[in-house]
Amino acid sequence: MRKKARFPGIYLGIILALMYVPILLVIIYSFNESRISSVWSGFSLRWYRDLFRDKDMLEALINSLVLATVSSLSAAVIGTLAAVGMPRVKLRGKSVVEYISTLPIMIPEIILGMVFLVYFSLIRLPFGMITLTVAHTSFCIPYIYMLVKARLVGIDKSYAEAAKDLGANEWNVFWDITLPLILPAIASGVLLSFAMSLDDVVISVFVTGVNTNTLPIRIYTQLKTGVTPKINALSTLMFAATLLIIMLSTWFGRKTTLSVKRRNT
Amino acid sequence: MKPEALAKTGEPRPGEPTSREEGARKPTKRRDAMVLSVLPLYVFTFLFVIGPLVYMLVLSFLRRAEVWGVTLEFTFENYANILKPVYLKTFLESLKLACLTTLLVALFGYPFGYFMARQNAAWKRRIMVLLMIPFWTSSLVRLYGWIIIFRANGVLDGLLMALNITNAPLKVLYTYAAVVVGMVYALVPFMIFAVYSSAEKLDWQLVEAARDLGATPFQAFWTVSFKLTLPGLLSGIVLTFIPSMGLFFIADILGGNKVVLVGNLIQEQLMKARNWPFAAALSVVLLTLTSIMIALYRKISGVKDLEGLV
Repeated sequence: MRKKARFPGIYLGIILALMYVPILLVIIYSFNESRISSVWSGFSLRWYRDLFRDKDMLEALINSLVLATVSSLSAAVIGTLAAVGMPRVKLRGKSVVEYISTLPIMIPEIILGMVFLVYFSLIRLPFGMITLTVAHTSFCIPYIYMLVKARLVGIDKSYAEAAKDLGANEWNVFWDITLPLILPAIASGVLLSFAMSLDDVVISVFVTGVNTNTLPIRIYTQLKTGVTPKINALSTLMFAATLLIIMLSTWFGRKTTLSVKRRNT
Repeated sequence: MKPEALAKTGEPRPGEPTSREEGARKPTKRRDAMVLSVLPLYVFTFLFVIGPLVYMLVLSFLRRAEVWGVTLEFTFENYANILKPVYLKTFLESLKLACLTTLLVALFGYPFGYFMARQNAAWKRRIMVLLMIPFWTSSLVRLYGWIIIFRANGVLDGLLMALNITNAPLKVLYTYAAVVVGMVYALVPFMIFAVYSSAEKLDWQLVEAARDLGATPFQAFWTVSFKLTLPGLLSGIVLTFIPSMGLFFIADILGGNKVVLVGNLIQEQLMKARNWPFAAALSVVLLTLTSIMIALYRKISGVKDLEGLV
């Protein structure tokens, strides 16, 4: 038997460690007393205190949470209904529409942001939470659709047939049989969409209104202009939220569903 | 069977047997209800995906108005503009950076995905979770981490000077190198997932067989494993290359104003210069490049979906 090589394990370890370095630094410095982040002057929670007193930041946080909730839930309704209905309708060009509906996660984000900006001003949709919601819903739908579709493939058709033989109509079958079976897929899809919406910078920068800020937009402007350690504190909290969402999502669905993510980074 | 025709007549038409019509009515009704379930997706797709994309295409052929907005005048001007040396240079720079990024991502990501697939199930699961956490962490948070590392007298400078490797701050932030590191860091997980998903399916007995038949480890890798994981590598390349053309905020934050990508150009034309038709033309070109890449990938690999994407 050939000797088991040590190198792969070491390589995996080094790369993984490198991935955590930037994140750990942000977390460590969020507890730093000093304003200048390159100097460590002692443990302190002052930046967290400052953060919770920052009204603009809190408003941006609320906006982000509302936006993520509304977009992921609307996408859940649209995506789930379509994933269930698509295989059963006979419409011409069905597969084309299906393909086009997944375009928002296939094309570069910057293009999506750009087309939304010009289109929303063409149809005179007021820029702000409305445009943000439409844009975010557009890239949340494909995730839910794909996850539910994948789950539906794995469901035994005989359940639905048995129910129909016993006199259930299409609606009963959906509500009592299909829905409970696909619920884990919907739940993990909603969590993914929620995280995606919460993290989106590129599209949001384009479609937001003058006075509407989301958390990523605020952070983006701060990173560009000048950072205060408050951002460290905020980032640490966002990291904690990410961990929570991952844990929930893993709990709801198969682990593999997590590997579905937009190309945005 | 037209539902409205049925509704209008109400009673059986002459010459048509009632029983057949009764039989046909039920599935039609059910199908109508089913159409309702896909209706939201159709409406949304037409209104907010097809609409915007078509408008982008139309807009790219319109002339910019003197002061504000566009005039309804057909022109190729915007596309001709792209060929101006300034803009062409940006396109080429972007392509260059995208190629460099993709190459580095493949170099770091391919072995990772490959080695990961060779671990036992428990370790695979652990590594997957460890990968997911940074992957799902907000991109801005991670970018901020790199700012802390790269800025003058930051962590990197401190480390290098403490180890006596350099004696003055390197000031890596706002350089090309910083942008490349940021891009590679952001995109490497996509390569890892793509390679991993195809290496996972690999039948390792084939590699064993090659070794037993006298192949050196490298020969076995090159003739068996590499060939069979090629679809994963290719989809990783597509998944890295496409976004690396447009990730303008990484270039913005880590590169200052020094690195201008197509993405930055589009953003600038939209938000600052307010030349929407030109921004639209740039997007059409970028989108075409993207589609060509995906089509090529499909043709070469014969795989319909991007591996690792779903």
